[in-house]
Amino acid sequence: MATNSSQVAERAAGTEAAPQQDRPRQREIALRPPVDVYEDGEGLTLQADMPGVSKDRLDVRVEGDTLVVEGKVQLDMPENAAALYADIRSSIYRRSFQLSSELETDNIQANLKDGVLQLRIPKRPELRPRRIEVVNS
Amino acid sequence: MFIRFSGLQGSSLEDFWRLFEDIDEALGGGASSSGGIRSLPRGSFPAVNVIQTPEKVQVYLFAPGIDPKKLEVSIQQGLLTIAGQRQIELNENGTYYRRERFGGEFSRAITLGEDVDSERVQATYRDGIVQISVHRREPAQPRQIEIH
Repeated sequence: MATNSSQVAERAAGTEAAPQQDRPRQREIALRPPVDVYEDGEGLTLQADMPGVSKDRLDVRVEGDTLVVEGKVQLDMPENAAALYADIRSSIYRRSFQLSSELETDNIQANLKDGVLQLRIPKRPELRPRRIEVVNS
Repeated sequence: MFIRFSGLQGSSLEDFWRLFEDIDEALGGGASSSGGIRSLPRGSFPAVNVIQTPEKVQVYLFAPGIDPKKLEVSIQQGLLTIAGQRQIELNENGTYYRRERFGGEFSRAITLGEDVDSERVQATYRDGIVQISVHRREPAQPRQIEIH
């Protein structure tokens, strides 16, 4: 039932995290949040894990045909802290996706709960797949 | 190895993250890669950060979209154990292009040190981060060692 014409293709790397070896010291490397993406008849849904990001530190925007998801981690940290261990070494999440033209980019719905972002990207109504009934003649 | 820094309040978080890069460099390949025998490979769920102050050890679990009531947190002799489950509901009518998010059972064990007080533990859940604060028994004061 879903067409394969709709796609959220991921933007090529380069705008994202550089390899760790030659990362610039001064610039913070963004984390790449893991995502699930699925399509149904009405549109696409993207779910991204962005723990530590609150609504006011989330930025979802469309630049041309590119969907950009960005968020800043906020940790409650005491003074005089010493780091013992860290899996997460950046405070920024960023990932971008290229959208295709049948998507209604000005009608994206975003929902953020417990560090999980859900985006609903509808297809233009005239481009949603129509079910064609086959009748016996 | 600790690198102490102060005056965090008012300064940006970037200073904090840069600290980890410094540790990375100092150890040549990452604080976590030289970590404990119970540490998990990078990318394991949930990701963990641990910091300490003279008063307490603070653990941050990056565990988005979980039910904190179903999280089991226990501490015994300085070893913090966390076990839980993350349910990812799949849309049956959807065609999936990407499935990168973790789903299923998870557990992690983190050594906090022997001076933590197992009776004084607090845990909160906000924005997908479980924050566990464990008090230390007495402030670990830096001791001056004289060289003769």
